[in-house]
Amino acid sequence: MSDTERTPVVPAQADAPMVETLPAREPLLEVDHVTLRFGGVVALNDVDFTLYKGEILGLIGPNGAGKTTCFNAMTGIYQPSEGQIRFRGEKISGKKRHQITQLGMARTFQNIRLFPEMTALENVQVGADAHHRTSVVSALFRLPRHRREEREGREKAERLLEFVGIRPRMHEFARNLSYGEQRRLEIARALATDPVLLCLDEPAAGFNPAEKEELLQLIRQIRDTGVTVLLIEHDMRLVMGVTDRIVVLEFGKKIAEGLPAEVRDNPKVVAAYLGVPDDAA
Amino acid sequence: MTTTVNPPTPEQQQGIGTRLRHGREAISQRWHDAPRWVRWAALVALIAFFYALPNKEFYQYLGPIPTTGSNFTQVLFTVSIYVLLAVGLNIVVGFAGLLDLGYFGFFAVGAYTVAVLTSPSSNLKTLWPWLLVVPIAIALTMVSGIMLGTPTLRLRGDYLALVTLGFAEMIRIAAVSSDFLKGQRGFNQIPHPPGKYADGKPFFGVLDARPYYWLVLTLIILVVLGVRNLTHSRVGRAWISIREDEDAAQLMGVPTFKFKLWAFASGAAIAGLAGALFAGKQNFVNSQNFELLNSIIILAAVILGGSGNIVGAIVGGGLVAYMIERFRGIELFGTELYEYRFLFFGVVLVVMMIFRPQGIIPNRRRAAEFKDRRKEVIVGE
Ligand SMILES: Nc1ncnc2c1ncn2[C@@H]1O[C@H](COP(=O)(O)OP(=O)(O)OP(=O)(O)O)[C@@H](O)[C@H]1O
Ligand SMILES: [Mg+2]
Repeated sequence: MSDTERTPVVPAQADAPMVETLPAREPLLEVDHVTLRFGGVVALNDVDFTLYKGEILGLIGPNGAGKTTCFNAMTGIYQPSEGQIRFRGEKISGKKRHQITQLGMARTFQNIRLFPEMTALENVQVGADAHHRTSVVSALFRLPRHRREEREGREKAERLLEFVGIRPRMHEFARNLSYGEQRRLEIARALATDPVLLCLDEPAAGFNPAEKEELLQLIRQIRDTGVTVLLIEHDMRLVMGVTDRIVVLEFGKKIAEGLPAEVRDNPKVVAAYLGVPDDAA
Repeated sequence: MTTTVNPPTPEQQQGIGTRLRHGREAISQRWHDAPRWVRWAALVALIAFFYALPNKEFYQYLGPIPTTGSNFTQVLFTVSIYVLLAVGLNIVVGFAGLLDLGYFGFFAVGAYTVAVLTSPSSNLKTLWPWLLVVPIAIALTMVSGIMLGTPTLRLRGDYLALVTLGFAEMIRIAAVSSDFLKGQRGFNQIPHPPGKYADGKPFFGVLDARPYYWLVLTLIILVVLGVRNLTHSRVGRAWISIREDEDAAQLMGVPTFKFKLWAFASGAAIAGLAGALFAGKQNFVNSQNFELLNSIIILAAVILGGSGNIVGAIVGGGLVAYMIERFRGIELFGTELYEYRFLFFGVVLVVMMIFRPQGIIPNRRRAAEFKDRRKEVIVGE
């Protein structure tokens, strides 16, 4: 396990948040005044924030705030109507989805989207294949490149399944896994693409407190291996416990940004979450 | 590493369909649990059986299996061609989940390439030997697959079905009406594959269909080995991931367009090979050989056999082609059963769709998933 470059299995560090490490902040992802409309619906309205290398950024907001849409714009599913998104200094627009992934962005889905008729192992191998170059010819004749990449991908996949804790289930079809296992498998599959930035869309949805606690640990471990994490999550306790900074969206607009404690006490955020009568807003 | 069979959950016990699937999994589980030598022995026996099958000394003991209304060795050749086609179409429909309704069009391209380049009736008068033309036929078919796929594989869903349907029809109409392709009159004296017995008689003659069958059987084995290698690689995983969820595949770094094109081209190449074999055996090719119905039959074969499964495709292709021929010469209430062959397949397909719909999974499930997901991701570009 130790002979590979990026071994995600690192002992969990203490919960020391990286809040104070403000110097040397290197922007990784810049969402630059992005507006995105669906017909009349403005799903994102002039949203503007920056994600720095090594941090865990929380993206929160009430239902329909535009969080998932933001992920979709970042990963190339939607083109922003205005503004642009830069990842590692490169513009996202005009890039194919798989190129964005190869550039180092990986994600999970709010509604789990595994490949149900593939085994857990194969699901992760698909992720690992993102950086493979085996062609039809070398696969057809089982040439050395195919064999090498196959071995490498398989080892990596097993390691990642071990990391998220479902290795014993690796030969099971994804559709036969339990809900929690499927969520973990999605994370393993995303990690297999060797991301610089991992975007998690409500990874704890439907989890009980104990499972949430495990997930929290997992996210920290991922961050500790050098992966930057962008986390959408509704559970406030989880968000407050794991993120370094938080961006809050409401009706497609950014209404707050800052340290967890700051955001929690922000009256706008409180209003957004508790609901305020229209005339009082 | 343990290979335990899942204890059936209540959910799995519900439908007959799921129970069948469970049964199939249990069978494949037992196959995989069997010792290696048992599997090898079974495989060798099976292959030996199929090599022996066209010999009268062998098949006369097989009771009702040999066909009554037509020459059995001849039928075996036809069946083997269909099996090869089913294996090829299974790549496109079964693995990559691309609904191709005009697969037989590629078969026609392969057969006509051979006809045009070898037959004395061709305007070109090249008269090349069969063996030289086979690779050309395969390459041309692949190119036609790529030409058809490049504009259409960027789109999703039903467009592809329509375009492929149109393609096969185009080829057929060209065959019927273009002077270059000779229409009904067709091409004759297409040369046979090379090879002679010690006494100078050609191995691939006019009367005996067995050598052709053996040739196709051998090529099926080679093609299956190749397809198996592909499916156990990055390529196969990419295909299946595209079938399962094209958006997710792209977002996991799969260059989906490229791999869809490869699936299309590989499928086409196999159909081209089948077409070339057909032409080399038949000696004569004309526009009546390429009815649209054939595309549908092969598709039905792949679906019946269980698409996405090489063994399934072989079984499906073999069974469908064989059944059609088996109906010949059987009379029921004064009509030949053969007349009702398509009614029969219609019924079988409907029954399959009810009890084991995963045949057509790729498209159906995508449709169902599409509904739940509209909120998150719009399918389509
Ligand atoms: N493809 C689409 N077409 C039209 N409207 C859309 C589309 N996708 C999202 N929307 C709308 O954009 C808004 C933001 O949706 P989004 O899914 O981003 O919210 P969210 O913050 O992820 O909410 P949730 O917490 O429920 O997941 C919603 O009003 C939604 O209906
Ligand atoms: Mg969402």
